Amino acid sequence: MSLKAVSARPIIVPPELPANISASSAGVTGSVLSASDLTLEAVSEILAQATLLEREDPIQRAQRLAKRRIALLFYESSTRTRTSFELAAKGLGADTTLVSSLSSSIEKGETLKDTGLTLRALGAEAIILRHPSSGSPWLLERETQLPVLNAGDGMHEHPSQALLDLRTILAHLRPGIEAVTAETLAGVTVAITGDILHSRVARSNMTLLPKLGARVILCGPRELLPEIAAQTGPGVEIERDFTRALQQSQVVMMLRIQAERLAGLQLDLEEYKAGYQLTEERLAKHAPKALVMHPGPIIRGLELTGEVADGPQSLILEQVRHGVAIRMALVQRALTAQVRKGAGA
Amino acid sequence: MSTVLIRGGHLIDPAAGVDAPRDIVLKDGRVAEVAEPGKTSLGKAKASSDLQIIDAKGLTIAPGLVDIHVHLREPGQGHKETIATGTTAAAAGGFTSVAAMPNTVPTNDSPEITRWMQAPERGASVRVFPIGAATRALKGEVLNDYAALKAAGVVAVTDDGHPILKDSIMREVLINATRSGLSVIQHAEDTRLTGGCSMNAGPMAFRLGLRGMPPEAEYGLVERDIRLVTELSMNGKGDKNGHRPHLHVAHTSTAQAVAAVRQARRNGLRVTCEVAPHHFLLTEEHVGAYDTNAKMNPPLRSAADRDAMIQGILDGVVDAIATDHAPHAAHEKEVEFERAPNGITGLESALGLSLRWLHHEWKLPIGRVLSLLSAQPAALLGLKGRGTLTVGSFADVMVFDPKQEWTFHAKDSRSKSKNTPFDGWTMQGRVHWTISEGRVVYKAEAL
Repeated sequence: MSLKAVSARPIIVPPELPANISASSAGVTGSVLSASDLTLEAVSEILAQATLLEREDPIQRAQRLAKRRIALLFYESSTRTRTSFELAAKGLGADTTLVSSLSSSIEKGETLKDTGLTLRALGAEAIILRHPSSGSPWLLERETQLPVLNAGDGMHEHPSQALLDLRTILAHLRPGIEAVTAETLAGVTVAITGDILHSRVARSNMTLLPKLGARVILCGPRELLPEIAAQTGPGVEIERDFTRALQQSQVVMMLRIQAERLAGLQLDLEEYKAGYQLTEERLAKHAPKALVMHPGPIIRGLELTGEVADGPQSLILEQVRHGVAIRMALVQRALTAQVRKGAGA
Repeated sequence: MSTVLIRGGHLIDPAAGVDAPRDIVLKDGRVAEVAEPGKTSLGKAKASSDLQIIDAKGLTIAPGLVDIHVHLREPGQGHKETIATGTTAAAAGGFTSVAAMPNTVPTNDSPEITRWMQAPERGASVRVFPIGAATRALKGEVLNDYAALKAAGVVAVTDDGHPILKDSIMREVLINATRSGLSVIQHAEDTRLTGGCSMNAGPMAFRLGLRGMPPEAEYGLVERDIRLVTELSMNGKGDKNGHRPHLHVAHTSTAQAVAAVRQARRNGLRVTCEVAPHHFLLTEEHVGAYDTNAKMNPPLRSAADRDAMIQGILDGVVDAIATDHAPHAAHEKEVEFERAPNGITGLESALGLSLRWLHHEWKLPIGRVLSLLSAQPAALLGLKGRGTLTVGSFADVMVFDPKQEWTFHAKDSRSKSKNTPFDGWTMQGRVHWTISEGRVVYKAEAL
């Protein structure tokens, strides 16, 4: 164990190593686990399908997935996402069943794998999952081989939200466009402001929007927006100054401060509001034409004022409306585009 | 006990400075003779009931490997591994000595448990050297009786996955262990910075929405420990009996921790460290789509950290390759990433990965690789007569083909658990025989 002199060898670059799993593999057709799974072609199809289904006669539409079975597996309470997916599935005629965190099996400590296998055995053909653990949709998909729609996993992603946000943005900035390309949103800057660290909405949007050529500015204090966030992909930048972010943006997405996830982080809310709250004055002065969005639930008086939420630039309720159309398209895609592998039940 | 003659092979015994064709005779559990081909006292003897002959033609003979960091899960968690299954896996990997961590259920903090682990009833294939808990129940509060533990057979003390955070307690641990002639092994992790974290802090953790362990949680504690060792080393003179504390840093994973160890050594301190194969091969990218077989503590780090582990191995600051063999049952890993237990198995892939990458790709001489896996770890824990094949040493031998390529399949593992990120990887260096104290404990099938 003699101590040898440190050699002046250059930094070693190891040869390529086999990677076991790629970071964004959706193994089952029809699944949407991450916004990174979606090609521009898939996005175009989903957008077109959403429009078609939205306009379709409700009686006819209800024949599309008549008596098909979809399980909603919600380990977290949720109003809009759950209702939106449920109405979407029911609008297509599917039977839905909700398993929530108050369900007996979950309270008794059954694993996600076993709950998924039980739902499959009960005849579920697709599962819509909301779960507090990042990555849980991968586990569920792998174990059940069913299409899984990620309805929010931990601090990771919420891809259907990014799609409905995209549809909302397109409706205003690129009306009529559904077949998107890598340039569709060229020249558009979207400022995502607030609690980026804990936001699955931010992660999905910062993955999806740059694919269409949008520039994404992340804005927020260091505690809620670590520098590392800018390294997640192309087209993403950090701007700490909210005023400067607003001045550059055509779209402003505000995020809720997720007090339940702060985990010991000390945040001075008054200071936060002074720096990042979207007020009528700020909006009028720095971004008088910008679209104001928010994935909800909103906390009036914290990340934005009630006046802004109800104001003429706010698209918050329009987002909710687009959500049902987008989720109809996703549910239909999950049940019809799939090639089922080993689904024994 | 029968006699074993291994002949026709090429002996590499780094501790003895031998790298030449040699025949070797094992008798009564010890190495009886090492001689030039055909020159042992047994000459051209034929196999008989008293003499077993191993034909090592075209093969390399080396000291049995020594793993200073394994979890055998007994007592208490036999569904993951038992001393019998873990040591069978060790034998298949070429290991003849393994040092077992004390985070068992109950904790190994008493001579009774230390002796229980070594009892013949456990059915160990290779020698098990228990490592004792530094403090009662790994709580970091009350020191155990090191003299009693040592008398029962422990070779070092550690609180393993429960780092000793209090300066005053770590100081006491170092003083008392030094007095008893034991090394102190520290799992360097400032758990005040890693609560709720499940991978390395970095862009990947951000992208995956997982809380990340910052590198400073590791190197900060390494630096603290080195400060304590500096104070206690009395300018290198040691205590009144001349004993100097020995700090061993377990599974080093960050560039800064290796740098701190390097500096401590330059300052003449007795500070050593080990690196696990996964930390010199994999990076945080291997977490991929939340692969729980890539979840361990310390976590897989950045490419720069991985490169620093390789550099540390090549330039000699790293003393040992240790597996941190940490078996978990399949159902325990088939859960959400954040809920999955930390750890991977490693006994059967350590040699193959080390030869394939350190030797073949990065040109580390084979003797150095073998030394990192045998002589150096044996010396580090003061295992006399292990890690070498000089006459009189224990007859702990590995006979292997250093050039043979093979594919590792987790399903074929002898370990009770199959949690490894190296399933399907091509390895180099196939173990043909493992001999523990003169007994053949592993023989490869279908050679």
